[in-house]
Amino acid sequence: MNVKAALFLIFLPTSLGAQGFAGLGQGGDGFALPQPNPTFEFPADHGAHGDYRIEWWYLTATLQDADGTRYGIQWTLFRSALSPEGPQVWMGHFGLTTPNAHHTGEKLARGGVGQAGVDVLPFAAWIDDWSLAGADFDTLRLRASTPAAGYDLNLDANGPLVFHGDGGFSVKSPSGQASYYYSQPFYDVSGTLDLPGGPVEVTGKGWLDREWSSQPLEDDQEGWDWFSLHFDTGDRLMAFRLRGAEAFTYASWIAEDGTLTPFPDGAISVAPQRVSSVAGRSVPTTWRLALPAQDVDVTVTALNPQSWQDTLFPYWEGPVTATGTHTGEGYLEMTGYE
Amino acid sequence: MRWAAFQALLSHWRRHPLQLLTLLIGLAMATGLWTGVQAINAQARLSYDQAAQTLGQDRLLRLEGGLTLADFATARRAGFTVSPVLEGRLPGSTLRLFGVDPFTLPPRGPATPDLTEPDLLRAFLAGEVVFASSETLARLPDSLPPGRILDGLAPGLVMADILAVQTYLRTEDITRLLISDPDLDAADALADLFPQAVLSQPQSDSDLDRLTDSFHLNLTAFGLLAFAVGLFIVHATIGLAFEQRRPLVRTLRALGLPSGALVTLLGAELALLTLVAGGAGVLLGYLVAAALLPGVAATLSGLYGAAVGGSLTLSPAWWLSGLAMAGVGMVTAGGHSLWHLSRLPILAPAMPRAWARAQGRSIRMQGLAGCALIAAAAALIWLGSGLLIGFMALGGLLVGAAFLLPPILVSILDFGTKRAQGALSQWLWSDTRQQVPGLSLALMALLLALSANIGVSTMVGSFRETFTGWLDQRLAAELYVTASSPAQAEQLIAWAEPRVSAVLPGVMEDVRLNGTNGQALAIADDPTYRQNWPLLDQVPNVWEAFAAGQGVLINEQLARRDSLWAGGQVAFGADGTRRVLGVYSDYGNPLPQAMMELSAFFQAFPDAKISRFALRLPPDDAADLAQEMVTTFDLSPQSVVPQAEIKAFSMRVFEQTFAVTAALNVLTLGVAAFALWASLTTLGTMRLPQVAPVWALGQTRRTLALADLGRALLLGSLTACLAVPVGIALAWMLLAVVNVEAFGWRLPLLPDPGGWVLLVVWAIIATALAAAFPAWRLWRMPPAALVKVFAHER
Repeated sequence: MNVKAALFLIFLPTSLGAQGFAGLGQGGDGFALPQPNPTFEFPADHGAHGDYRIEWWYLTATLQDADGTRYGIQWTLFRSALSPEGPQVWMGHFGLTTPNAHHTGEKLARGGVGQAGVDVLPFAAWIDDWSLAGADFDTLRLRASTPAAGYDLNLDANGPLVFHGDGGFSVKSPSGQASYYYSQPFYDVSGTLDLPGGPVEVTGKGWLDREWSSQPLEDDQEGWDWFSLHFDTGDRLMAFRLRGAEAFTYASWIAEDGTLTPFPDGAISVAPQRVSSVAGRSVPTTWRLALPAQDVDVTVTALNPQSWQDTLFPYWEGPVTATGTHTGEGYLEMTGYE
Repeated sequence: MRWAAFQALLSHWRRHPLQLLTLLIGLAMATGLWTGVQAINAQARLSYDQAAQTLGQDRLLRLEGGLTLADFATARRAGFTVSPVLEGRLPGSTLRLFGVDPFTLPPRGPATPDLTEPDLLRAFLAGEVVFASSETLARLPDSLPPGRILDGLAPGLVMADILAVQTYLRTEDITRLLISDPDLDAADALADLFPQAVLSQPQSDSDLDRLTDSFHLNLTAFGLLAFAVGLFIVHATIGLAFEQRRPLVRTLRALGLPSGALVTLLGAELALLTLVAGGAGVLLGYLVAAALLPGVAATLSGLYGAAVGGSLTLSPAWWLSGLAMAGVGMVTAGGHSLWHLSRLPILAPAMPRAWARAQGRSIRMQGLAGCALIAAAAALIWLGSGLLIGFMALGGLLVGAAFLLPPILVSILDFGTKRAQGALSQWLWSDTRQQVPGLSLALMALLLALSANIGVSTMVGSFRETFTGWLDQRLAAELYVTASSPAQAEQLIAWAEPRVSAVLPGVMEDVRLNGTNGQALAIADDPTYRQNWPLLDQVPNVWEAFAAGQGVLINEQLARRDSLWAGGQVAFGADGTRRVLGVYSDYGNPLPQAMMELSAFFQAFPDAKISRFALRLPPDDAADLAQEMVTTFDLSPQSVVPQAEIKAFSMRVFEQTFAVTAALNVLTLGVAAFALWASLTTLGTMRLPQVAPVWALGQTRRTLALADLGRALLLGSLTACLAVPVGIALAWMLLAVVNVEAFGWRLPLLPDPGGWVLLVVWAIIATALAAAFPAWRLWRMPPAALVKVFAHER
């Protein structure tokens, strides 16, 4: 059954540029819409919000083994409601990047039968035998594998949740489209990577994004560039640029204690520096980020320029290094590159 | 020279257009009936294969039995690549629902719907759209949502989301998990998770293939019979044509045409005729198949739940292969004549009688061969088993009887000749005897057709009578109710209890019986059953033991298949065995079945829910109560069915099952009559030299014509009388051997003497009709033609 192509349309119809990346530009008819000044309730809000069209649990981590070799992992659980009261579809993505290889995995599931879902206490997000689970949101174990590679990692949060935009209400376009968006950027990560060459013990830093909405993109917005950086100073920076007729940017500066400073459209400059040929496309894999308000001017370089997620809706996602006024590591996600 | 010779040979057909027509019709009929029957079989198999290949099930390991979607999720979360399937018949229709999970479908399965259209996936998951082949789509009932075309899906199959199918089938179970991972160890590990389920290997032949094998073998046997009968016609005509062209052949050879060239030319002629007749036969086969297929499809659906497309979709190449069959027929029927002609000395006298006389010599051999064949058939039944053996024995009986026919006829006629008084009478007897070799093939065809008719109609008659009686007993309750849910069933039962004399709940679950998939059926202990269910075999006090839950009753199919009778032990489900208390008839059910008392059943299947039940009440009140029930609970009228309606439906399925058989029967008899007519016409021409002297001695043409007619009638009636015992033997073999192997039940032979007499009368009428034209021709023959016989050089 050509359900994969169907999901392609539901989640991320890059082919239909006017529809916006990830189908996020589609109408939210009948779905709940994010409202300003949100109040979150935990642990309930770690779980699914079925009255919103799309939602994700998005974990990335930069890792290092005893020899100093660097790695990156990504694990994402997407939820999409096909109608406000109707069927739910779940999708899992797996990414594991080494300096010279990138492993991809993907899973699909229907909602309502237990094949995929999210429980809040104890926390568990799963699809098939991939799971991110633990006693609560601060202590989690992530396990997922593909025939080629896998990981089994423990995550320990040593800082608070942070809420982007206006207290978790994250605006995505000049006309005010928005999503609910908070993160846990303070995970210490340790565990094992299962690589074709054998298991590797690693440690590093993790970042988990929670976001849900019903219509976060403008019709003409065709993709985004998203950065999450852990600076050596203990500060963290999250920035995204939505590409469209006019670019729309946003940045969160997160101090070591978890204090978040939001920076509206135009405050940060996000500029591609060098383009690599990836999967037959031209994708920028070196960037310059400048946030003058925080005296940040860094060059962000991909660990492995070929970090291509060859999934239903392909995108680039991989670990990066920052140099310049600040040094550090992080993750870069780029969608909508044709 | 060759072209001229070829034209000369062909000119025979121009002068004998009737002969040409006979030949072509004979071969076309033989080819047509065979091809038609094979087309039906091929079409049905195509449908089964399509059904088996849905989602590539035919090459995947599967886990079946007592599974739910929660088990599916458990398996997925344990890392197994499985996909759930729920299959079942849509209540009140012949459609099969096939529920799938679009997200976990096995890779590379054929016929997968395209859900890429905006909103289609949502609609599919929400149960608002289904998929089916274009043909099936045309008969989607209103109870199903709108369908979309998905060619390549098996006919009668409706693909929908598995949750939607669960709703339609009112179940929370799934039929199976398909395992995409070919690793057997992994599959075993998966099976360990679900002890109630059974792991099965991928099956190249589907369940339907095996279930319906016997049915298709039946059809094939009939097709072969029709083919053989048709070949008799061809053989007779070609023999005549070759005989009549002997003078021509001699002339051509005398003019210098080499023997090899002559044979080549005659071979080319046969090839040409084969092409024409074969082409017509294939066309005829198409028509036969197209006409019979809907009936066959209805039968297969009613009897086995097998969906077969009602229209033919076989490839042109397949149909062309029917021509090959025509070639086989032509070689079989004409090869002998051709070979014979090629070995003829150049100036051999054109002596038609030699042909017939040579055949006469072999009559004794034929008789011996016939005895041997019948003995072999008896030995096969005595020693062998299996459906194929059954059919081989049938073939032995029929062919043996056919071989025995000429010797028996000759003996009778010899006896008549000895007893005959007066010259004319003696001439009549001995001349009739003289005709036997020339007519023997046609008479054998008649014997075959008549025996088959008597045999099959006796079988059908016995079956009908037994089946009707059985239905009367089995459908003893007055109303049969199907609730839309177990909860509704409870309400309905509570409502009905004070209004009727008994409520008889019924519930059925799939279960493994002695190692194969079968059914477990629960019934309440009620006098209705004690009084109305005669058992084929039973332990003492069977109903008391049954009520006490001390064992199960099993159906005849299971009993015969595994030689399991009262007092034995049947392996039941995954948890051990049950004592067999008795055996009951269960006609029309292809599956093994075990019947249990309600409480024993619920011990074995704690989760089973009653959704069907029957009501006992005075028959006169049934209609009113049914109406009241429908209005009170706003039920669909199909939910409450009176006994008579179920009986009528069952009988309809039954009649349909044998409608095809009956059609083939009539066709076969028609072919046989045609063969007789062809032979008599042939003989009429050939026998002129024998008749002319009698005419010259003073007998009128009218007397001679009547004598011919009388002779034909005598031979026809003798053959018809001989066909009766052969037909009865055939019926016995069908009932006692073939049916038991094919369906698993044995039926008593109920003789139908009236029907047999009627058939004999029909055969005599057919013979009279076949003989009428040649006799009329003799009567109206110009005296000059008769005189010419003496002028000829013969």
